[in-house]
Amino acid sequence: MMNLADSAPATNNMLGSEADSQRTLYPYVTGTSVIGIKYKDGLLFAADMGGSYGSTLRYKSVERLKSVGKHSVIGASGEISDFQEIMRYLDELILFDNMWDDGNSLGPKEVHNYLTRVMYNRRNKFNPLWNSLVLGGIKNGKKYLGTVSMIGVHYEDDHVATGFGNHLARPILRDEWHENLTYEEGVKLLEKCMRVLLYRDRSAVNKLQIAKITEEGFTVSEPYSLKTSWDFNAFKNPTLDAEGSW
Amino acid sequence: MPKQQANWSPYDNNGGTCVAIAGADYCVIAADTRMSTGYSILTRDYSKIIQLADKSVMASSGFQADVRALQKVLAARHLLYQHQHNKQMSCPAMAQLLSNTLYFKRFFPYYSFNVLGGLDSEGKGCVFTYDAVGSYERVGYSAQGSGATLITPFLDNQLKSPSPLLLPAKDAVTPLSEIEAIDLVKTCFASATERDIYTGDKVEMLVLNASGIRREFMELRKD
Repeated sequence: MMNLADSAPATNNMLGSEADSQRTLYPYVTGTSVIGIKYKDGLLFAADMGGSYGSTLRYKSVERLKSVGKHSVIGASGEISDFQEIMRYLDELILFDNMWDDGNSLGPKEVHNYLTRVMYNRRNKFNPLWNSLVLGGIKNGKKYLGTVSMIGVHYEDDHVATGFGNHLARPILRDEWHENLTYEEGVKLLEKCMRVLLYRDRSAVNKLQIAKITEEGFTVSEPYSLKTSWDFNAFKNPTLDAEGSW
Repeated sequence: MPKQQANWSPYDNNGGTCVAIAGADYCVIAADTRMSTGYSILTRDYSKIIQLADKSVMASSGFQADVRALQKVLAARHLLYQHQHNKQMSCPAMAQLLSNTLYFKRFFPYYSFNVLGGLDSEGKGCVFTYDAVGSYERVGYSAQGSGATLITPFLDNQLKSPSPLLLPAKDAVTPLSEIEAIDLVKTCFASATERDIYTGDKVEMLVLNASGIRREFMELRKD
């Protein structure tokens, strides 16, 4: 005879404990911030190549910026396996789009809308794709940059960021971004943001890629590192003003 | 070790305030354009207003993903209505549809606080105000969202609304002119922006009257 008192879990179980094995509860391997900006000829994105396993920097060559079709770029933070799943969805979407062979292709606005619906519908089923996505591109001269979170919150803007980027990079971008950034100015601006993130975000790694999309197409840079400076007096002699500490 | 429970919420509050005021032959619907999460601003330029039909405009604040889904459902339903009845939905009809749509998700609600404004079949201004699960009533004016508690008492005072307990029921539609009502709305937002951190950046105002629909923007404090 089943003892109901024993089988009922002690904590809040509104969502079912056996069913928990069928849905995402928490992320495992995660990527940190992604930043995207519009510039004169198109869009620029930056993301580092880290894949953290909790507090361990487990993977250091994770490509978190990918092209989508002819016109768009996606950047993902959050659970890497869910990002790989999203790429499978997008590859299928683009494949079907190409199969029409009608001269029309999905632009960034359409892909962003598709992703928003996917993320929102997964949230409705209490089984989210644990990502914050940046989606941008250019089609027929029109630039588009948007973002969508794991619960479906989405918007477009001239500059977007995920995670820590919202706290550390967006203020810099609000101050220094303008419509006619050249490619060099854009990269410098992104690097400034990435450097701040490197100093202040513990899950950041010093190995990043910059992706660019213009009417001509998509390019992503080879991975490289930023120069950092730890040459502060307070770091050299941290206990100077703290008698008795070590 | 006890099993770790789900630590994410399917909801978020993206803030913002919506206001609508009904006049004798016009209706003003307004909402700020700030979108926030926690203590961060996500974007300063996001519209919370959607024109659902010729004479129905809805402003919604709360959880943005739910607001957007709700807007899409209503827009789709209106399109079907037009196909079936070869005419636009009236504002009172849209009001009922919104109520039913919200209650349909009574046990996993749209976290959306709505104000529906427009012109009724007689051309008079009408405003309907809702809670998240669809309970609604027709009023002369309403405010919803994070700044509602700051704005509603001010409107109660300025519009000198009659008590809803009076018999015969007195109309709460304001005798103010369109210009005066818009000015009042601007004042509401400027005031709410001072004290509500989730309200600010810009206010978007839509004015519906016999000649059609007009949009106006006003800058607000960005802090």
